[in-house]
Amino acid sequence: MMNTLRLWWHRLVDPIDPPLMLILIMLIALSAGMMGSASPERMGAQMVNVLVALAIMRIVAQIPPQRLMHLAVPVYLLGIALLIGVALFGDISKGARRWLNLGVMRIQPSELMKIAMPLLLAWFFQRHETMLRLRDYGVAALLLLVPVALIARQPDLGTAVLVLAAGFYVIFLAGLSWKILGGMAVAAMAAAPLAWSLMHDYQRNRILTLIDPEKDPLGKGFHIIQSTIAIGSGGILGKGWGQGTQAQLDFLPERHTDFIFAVYSEEFGLIGNVVLLFLLSLLIGRGLMIAANGATMFARLLAGALTMIFFTYAFVNMGMVSGILPVVGVPLPFISYGGTALVTLSLAVGILMSIHKNRMLVQK
Amino acid sequence: MEFKNPQEELERFRARLGVAGGFVLVCFAVLLGRFVWLQIIQHDYYQTRAEDNRISLVPITPNRGLIVDRNGVVLARNYSAYTLEITPSKVRSLEETIDELGQIIDVQPKDRRRFKKLMDESKSFETLPIRTRLTDEEVAKFIAHRYRFPGVEIKARLFRQYPGGAFAAHILGYIGRITDRDIEKIEAVEQEANYRGTDHFGKTGLEQHYEFDLHGITGFEQVEVDAGGHAVRTLERTAPVAGNQLTLTMDAELQRIAENAFGDRKGSLVAIEPSTGGLLAMVSVPNYDPNMFVDGIDTQNWKELNESPNKPMVNRALNGAYPPGSTFKPFMALGALTLGKRTAAQTISDPGFYNFGGHHFRDDKKGGHGMVDMYKSIVHSCDTYYYMLANDMGIDNIANFMGQLGLGQRTGVDIAGESEGVLPSQAWKKKRFKKPEQQKWYAGETISIGIGQGYNAYTPIQLALATATLANNGVMFRPHLVKYVTDTKTGDQRLIEPHPLKTLPLKQEHIDVIKNAMIGVNKEGTGTRAFAGAGYVSAGKTGTAQVFSYKGAVHKTESMAANLRDHALFIAFAPADKPTIALAVLVENGGFGAQAAAPIARQVLDYYLLGKKPKAPAPADEEAVEADPE
Repeated sequence: MMNTLRLWWHRLVDPIDPPLMLILIMLIALSAGMMGSASPERMGAQMVNVLVALAIMRIVAQIPPQRLMHLAVPVYLLGIALLIGVALFGDISKGARRWLNLGVMRIQPSELMKIAMPLLLAWFFQRHETMLRLRDYGVAALLLLVPVALIARQPDLGTAVLVLAAGFYVIFLAGLSWKILGGMAVAAMAAAPLAWSLMHDYQRNRILTLIDPEKDPLGKGFHIIQSTIAIGSGGILGKGWGQGTQAQLDFLPERHTDFIFAVYSEEFGLIGNVVLLFLLSLLIGRGLMIAANGATMFARLLAGALTMIFFTYAFVNMGMVSGILPVVGVPLPFISYGGTALVTLSLAVGILMSIHKNRMLVQK
Repeated sequence: MEFKNPQEELERFRARLGVAGGFVLVCFAVLLGRFVWLQIIQHDYYQTRAEDNRISLVPITPNRGLIVDRNGVVLARNYSAYTLEITPSKVRSLEETIDELGQIIDVQPKDRRRFKKLMDESKSFETLPIRTRLTDEEVAKFIAHRYRFPGVEIKARLFRQYPGGAFAAHILGYIGRITDRDIEKIEAVEQEANYRGTDHFGKTGLEQHYEFDLHGITGFEQVEVDAGGHAVRTLERTAPVAGNQLTLTMDAELQRIAENAFGDRKGSLVAIEPSTGGLLAMVSVPNYDPNMFVDGIDTQNWKELNESPNKPMVNRALNGAYPPGSTFKPFMALGALTLGKRTAAQTISDPGFYNFGGHHFRDDKKGGHGMVDMYKSIVHSCDTYYYMLANDMGIDNIANFMGQLGLGQRTGVDIAGESEGVLPSQAWKKKRFKKPEQQKWYAGETISIGIGQGYNAYTPIQLALATATLANNGVMFRPHLVKYVTDTKTGDQRLIEPHPLKTLPLKQEHIDVIKNAMIGVNKEGTGTRAFAGAGYVSAGKTGTAQVFSYKGAVHKTESMAANLRDHALFIAFAPADKPTIALAVLVENGGFGAQAAAPIARQVLDYYLLGKKPKAPAPADEEAVEADPE
């Protein structure tokens, strides 16, 4: 009897990478703690989200990378199809067309692209492993820009940035020459005015607000002002759990979702921030280590890009909440309330675990 | 085209990973730098901002100081009542909202008019009362329907109330909502902080003059608020200090008797305690009800008050300037004695007129008074005597002397907006007129000045002050309504003006001559009928001021339009040997002073000296005449 249980347990935990799992548990514990302060009534719902996410992670962790590679093209095409579906039939919420109602459930196809994009590009570069020509980078860029453009049109700047970043990481890790990277950087700067002219008013406002939030303290600048006040007033040690006046007296908007970092920072101060940055660095470090030891080019590129997505989530979120990046709807990975992002992130962790399980066994 | 070597490829990939890792560290370092900046370097600033967010200072308006008469009778007080208030900026359609409110709570057209006037005078984010003094039942009704009315709320407020209604309105004045001009006054004395939460301000009368005494010290409550501005809990509280209490020199009962004595006639009475300058009564009738102004007056009532030919809003005691008529004569005589122009015994012969440059200045008494000395000139109000005297003294001597008595000058009473009146002199005329031919003073103009006509125009309070100064043997006190201000916190009483303003350079023997003559007026002269059987010795002088010049025509007052009839005047003090009260009475279009004004003075003196309360307003004595009845 005991042996049977032990066997089951072994099977259950076999594909799970203990360091990643440990970091994940610490982040989830931190999330639960913050939920208890910022929005106790959502604690139960978030725990359900967490359990679902962990289950997905465990399932994905068992899928070998080769199988995932076969899924790359269909998933990508499905994603594109859904995005077009959203553009044509999507539900509008808060002025943006992001959701697709499938009758049984509403889904946000752009979220899927965060995984589908690196998956496809990693597959693409794996195929051209032996002879990678400049033209291939061009094709990769095209494959990337189509969904990004569709998402940006919804408009959903946050997700577009994340998908763009995910694809870019693959291209970068695949070895695009520094010359071309440099050229792209220059071109991007040159194209900035054009991008500005294509942006929606609310997107422009977010950037203007970033430059001078006090110009419109009750309107567009309110979020940033209140979150920087929360962070700044937290000081070194913080005000203590549940003691953040900015958070508890409703001055912080979206305090259980995108702005939860402000709550954390107000209540746990600089010390708390350092701890969080350290945990995230561990997560990213572990991810990069897994990428470095990936068995195939596909595995390596995918692991590297997914790891960098964690970083992008974290950096964009903390950057916007602390007022150095424009406000785009990006949650703090593993901490913010919400099932969608958590599922995406857990999927990525599952893939990382799978890649780790199937790593190069001999160091050459 | 690139050819790939797997080993080289792996190395290159790992190098790229290293770059990516480095990028992560750099970005995290930037974040860390940002956190250090916000949480250490700028911490104090953000700490303050967070506290500012969280803590709100809510002013607690102090109770306005009471106003009581010299015996403690309350004349102005506060009461707490519920008001239904609308914040116009928070309401979608004001008209609709008021209509809907009207279905549950009684909203009169006059409430709407008043609300409209308030709106015009204030900013849209202020909350303004549509209804005041809600009953408990109305409050309960509204609360049940509150969800239907965003931007409408019930507030408990303290209201100013003048329990006497129109009684003594011109003394008390009223308060009204703060306007921009009031704010300037508040800023001038740097009281802005203390007026946070106050929305009323003294507009006229004592309420205005003693505003900063009556207001009190605003208390504050430190409350923790959430982002919606709702108070979560109280952190600290500083209690307000109620405004200081004003105790008046005025005697409410005397004031009431004086006001009632006028009946429905227009006019003014000012009674002064000669030894202090304290005003015992200050009447200006008709009155208005200052309570109407507290909640904001509606346009219709405001129009009625302002356009009424009876001018109830004018404080006649301070702002009505009237020729003194014959009440001027005792002061002329005193001037003559002081300047050596006459002795008391010196007599003139009165043929019934005074001839000046071929023009006959008529005496009221046909055929004249015969041989007239100073005593007789006052007792029988002989005009000829004063025509001559005025000519002998000259206009500038008259102006100098009367100026010392306070005529034609603001008395400095503790109510703002007092008029100066007109003290005619050569300099005055030069200033008053623009054309050179009008600027010259003609000697003929001096003649009628002698009997208190011509350019002469003084306010009732000036006449009363001159009378009180005479009664007090030349020692003048600034007339004032407030006896003392009681500090609510310490209980200290601050006396207003206990010291004499000045002592006039008069000889007591001269004063006695005049006083004696004025006693004669009430004993055997024009005041005899009014003061018959008084039971005390009083001194007085009747006066009749022409509203209209008839150029020598004999006129019958009965046949004249009421508003062209002469003004009746009377000055008096009593008891004559040790005066405790001096007064001036003016009845607009009352006819002769002895007819209309003297009986009012009698009622007032009877009450003040004997405690006798009259049963009815002072009747006009139609038998009395201005000149000696013989």
